Amino acid sequence: MDLAYTQEEQEFRARLREWLAVVLPGLPPKPRPDDWPGRRAYDTAWQRMLYDAGYAGLHWPVDAGGRGATPTQHLIFLEETEKAGAPYVGANFVGLLHAGPTIAAEGTSEQRARWLPPVLSGDEIWCQGFSEPDAGSDLAALRTRAVRDGDHYVVSGSKIWTSHAEVADWCELLVRTDPAAPKHRGITWLAMEMDAPGVTVRPLRTLAGSTEFAEMFLDEVRVPVSHRVGAENDGWRVTMVTLSFERGTAFVGEVVACRRTLDALAAEARRGGRWDDPVLRRRLGRLNAEFRALWRLTQWNVSEAQRAGAGGVPGTGGSVFKLRYSHARQELYEAAAEVLGADSADLDREWVLDRLSSLSYTIAAGTSQIQRNIVAERILGLPKGR
Amino acid sequence: MDFQLSDDQRALRAGVRELLAGRFGRDRMRVALDDGTGVDRALWRELGEAGFFALRLPEAEGGVGLGLPEAVLLFEEAGRSLLPGPLIATHLAAGPVKGAAQGETVVAVLDPGQPVAHLGEADALLVLGPGNGPRESGAAPADVTPVRDAATPVRSMDPFTPLWRVADPVEAGEPLPGGGRLRDEGALLAAAEQLGSAARTTEMAVQHAGEREQFGSPIGSFQAVKHLCAGMLVRAELARCAVYAAAVTADPVEIAGAKLLADDAAVRNARDCLQVHGGMGFTWEADVHLHLKRAWLRSGQWLTAAAAEEVLAGDLC
Ligand SMILES: Cc1cc2nc3c(=O)[nH]c(=O)nc-3n(C[C@H](O)[C@H](O)[C@H](O)COP(=O)(O)OP(=O)(O)OC[C@H]3O[C@@H](n4cnc5c(N)ncnc54)[C@H](O)[C@@H]3O)c2cc1C
Repeated sequence: MDLAYTQEEQEFRARLREWLAVVLPGLPPKPRPDDWPGRRAYDTAWQRMLYDAGYAGLHWPVDAGGRGATPTQHLIFLEETEKAGAPYVGANFVGLLHAGPTIAAEGTSEQRARWLPPVLSGDEIWCQGFSEPDAGSDLAALRTRAVRDGDHYVVSGSKIWTSHAEVADWCELLVRTDPAAPKHRGITWLAMEMDAPGVTVRPLRTLAGSTEFAEMFLDEVRVPVSHRVGAENDGWRVTMVTLSFERGTAFVGEVVACRRTLDALAAEARRGGRWDDPVLRRRLGRLNAEFRALWRLTQWNVSEAQRAGAGGVPGTGGSVFKLRYSHARQELYEAAAEVLGADSADLDREWVLDRLSSLSYTIAAGTSQIQRNIVAERILGLPKGR
Repeated sequence: MDFQLSDDQRALRAGVRELLAGRFGRDRMRVALDDGTGVDRALWRELGEAGFFALRLPEAEGGVGLGLPEAVLLFEEAGRSLLPGPLIATHLAAGPVKGAAQGETVVAVLDPGQPVAHLGEADALLVLGPGNGPRESGAAPADVTPVRDAATPVRSMDPFTPLWRVADPVEAGEPLPGGGRLRDEGALLAAAEQLGSAARTTEMAVQHAGEREQFGSPIGSFQAVKHLCAGMLVRAELARCAVYAAAVTADPVEIAGAKLLADDAAVRNARDCLQVHGGMGFTWEADVHLHLKRAWLRSGQWLTAAAAEEVLAGDLC
């Protein structure tokens, strides 16, 4: 049991730091949070820079175009880029963190060759069409139909909460291919082109005022059968692979960001004279314990993955992390509102928008209630309920 | 980086668990509870022989030569099994206090302002220095007899931990070399005991939830119960990472965080475990009250939540 980085890992970190110090000052200013075309351009340009420098798909397997880095190197990458204030994956989120890894794990060699390089280079971005108006937590209740017509599926239905659908090129889409089968068995995982005829995207406004997700209507959209990943009606299993990637490493950089925010809150409280309030001070102290421990939990999970060997699908440990992290993040911004005091309603103060966004963390990527079911049933082995 | 137990560490933990199951299993624990709760000198010596107290003494001084991470694993097991006695003080005194390393001497600790545990049976006493946080304070040995003579017994909430109130200031000797670390280390080992307790109450709750049936189903199939159990696991696992990391770094801020989260995990898990046990949980028969009482007591020892939070706040820029 140690926390020491090897010589090789330290050299990797040093090279990355040098590179970040050279490239980051030249980046254009960040677009406004609600300017999605601007954010797409900004995020994909950053992805291109990573690609050109050989940092794209760092932890992806080499035969999928990645660099086959160890989980620890990937952790160092996420830590250093966040510390240096590099752009967040943003619009590239779905492609890099789950569609890509899913295709790498489950796709054919043609599919990998077609879809993975443009994800890595930032040329194409993906969105996730899983949820439907009547299928959220109960994802397997989805009803969007796909009917086979020669070498195409004809897809009709609707999706909702599709993050950055407005600017995506591809969609990882779950459809029902066998309405007669039990609900988990008749699902198929497809890659759908967003500019295919019959796809309509209607942006939804979030409570934070931006349009980061959308509703998607699918009217007899033709998707080639060759765009199916995994077997027909085997989509639920493929989806489980996708979701474990989503929960596995998606939040690592954010823990580092939260620790930075906490320091900034303390500094602000000191400037504003609020530091003398022991209740506030101790509250920030407790959050320090919380985020330090979440970082250690991350290192624990990463070390476990490293021991399990490369190419492994992240385990249920991601649910343990997500549960605690999503609540800690919300508490962080509650504390921020207290530090801001009279300014806590001013949307131009950076923490106010973050406080609003933090509300999504206990809902998106599986609600806290669903995560608790996963922990109880899959880790603790408690009986399934209704 | 390899932040997972090594094979040796796993073997050590398994060995201690086996030793404690054999010498202080549940039956023995319940007998000790009924018989009165003095330190079992024979068990104490056996722990001494097994290296429990001398674990971190250099081999040249008759110790085992291991470090804080290994000590944390031992104390985690002690916490799981509800092993009573001033284990931490005796472990910390091994070396400077004669006989402590072998388990011949029972060493109590006095933290000014706090009740003293196991004073009645102690052969020696360590006095912690003042200081809000762990950084400033040292520790010094004191003569136990006059302190005991002037102390009054407290009716202790934890039936395994007799307490004494000490009113007068105590005269202590020369501060021990390296004594500034003792409060830190004590806090860390107490956190490890809390972790063991938190993990154990999680197991107890899960086991009960899988067996007890109501409305024709195991209560663990009801989400309200399931979610209590999931919350327990999450608390215990976060505390585990905090405690193990603090053992590796020995950093005072990290130790403060570990104590804070482990106290929380032990207390809240014991409460939730009690809830999962229903009326049975409120009886003397179920072990859960013993975990809760010990967890409450430990939360006030070595480093309180308020002091830990101040240390952690002081670390923010
Ligand atoms: C910001 C954001 C971005 C998103 N991005 C995407 C995306 O890109 N692609 C995509 O496909 N989806 C996306 N989602 C959807 C997200 O995955 C769902 O919102 C989520 O899974 C919950 O489903 P729901 O909204 O239908 O809520 P519901 O399932 O209706 O849940 C409502 C409430 O009931 C509770 N509940 C439901 N079932 C149970 C149960 N069995 N036990 C206990 N409680 C239960 C829930 O915990 C919740 O509190 C996004 C959501 C948000 C907020």
